Amino acid sequence: MTFISSHQDPEALSLTFVAEFDASVERVWQVWEDPRQLERWWGPPTYPATFQRHEFMPGGSANYYMTSPEGEKFHGWWKITAIDAPRRLEYDDGFADENGVPDDKMGATHSVMTLETVEGRTRMTTVTVFESAEQLQQMLEMGMEEGVREGMGQIDALLAEPARA
Amino acid sequence: MDAGVSYNQMVVDQVEDARLDRLFQAFADATRRDILARVITGEYSVSGLAAHYAMSFAAVQKHVAVMERASLVTKEKRGREQIVRPDLEGVEKARRLLEEYELIWRQRADRIADILAEEKE
Repeated sequence: MTFISSHQDPEALSLTFVAEFDASVERVWQVWEDPRQLERWWGPPTYPATFQRHEFMPGGSANYYMTSPEGEKFHGWWKITAIDAPRRLEYDDGFADENGVPDDKMGATHSVMTLETVEGRTRMTTVTVFESAEQLQQMLEMGMEEGVREGMGQIDALLAEPARA
Repeated sequence: MDAGVSYNQMVVDQVEDARLDRLFQAFADATRRDILARVITGEYSVSGLAAHYAMSFAAVQKHVAVMERASLVTKEKRGREQIVRPDLEGVEKARRLLEEYELIWRQRADRIADILAEEKE
């Protein structure tokens, strides 16, 4: 079981998400550090991500784009604010224009990712804080919506299953 | 009654209960909870609220600003006063959006697990 728990705080506009993996802390750190691995999971399969720059160091920035099924590109950025390898990563991220310049209207989200060993597995905790409900809504509407809809479809399918006698 | 219908009703009830629990969780801070209770039952300006707490006007204003940003309340300017009103729809909206955002992370975690599993084969 990958998913462990989550906590939504609408007052702080934050999401805490906890997952566990059957791999070492060092190995899970690599999926964040290596752009070729990162782009395999950051965007949904229908909107694959391509990281053009990934400076994995304090003050470093990353630029990426996600490509829609129609070939439209959605650009995004990261700014890494703190790193304590292989346990803690802090970064801001947001959307950008086609030149990778951050879109100030959209603002940034602030995230802290930590890794720890729990009973031989690696626990990954991500805390994401949004600046406003409008920003959160825009983020969901852009690029990521396809992946969300896929997920919603799975939940709908589960709820639609007939009750067991 | 059809067993399926009662099962579905049970699920709906549980979802409603969970939603109420989460609504109360949202008001975890005692001062903000109190502010919300006051503005639901009566009309308050920011300075009117400040008179009820042993903290500075600026501190109360900050609490109201946090609640406003989270769409828990709205402010309306009236003369020199700012009237604070509850925005319960906003609370639910933020909650729903965070639930959608959580799905993104669930899917990301699944994809990470897939990448990690490749090496074990």
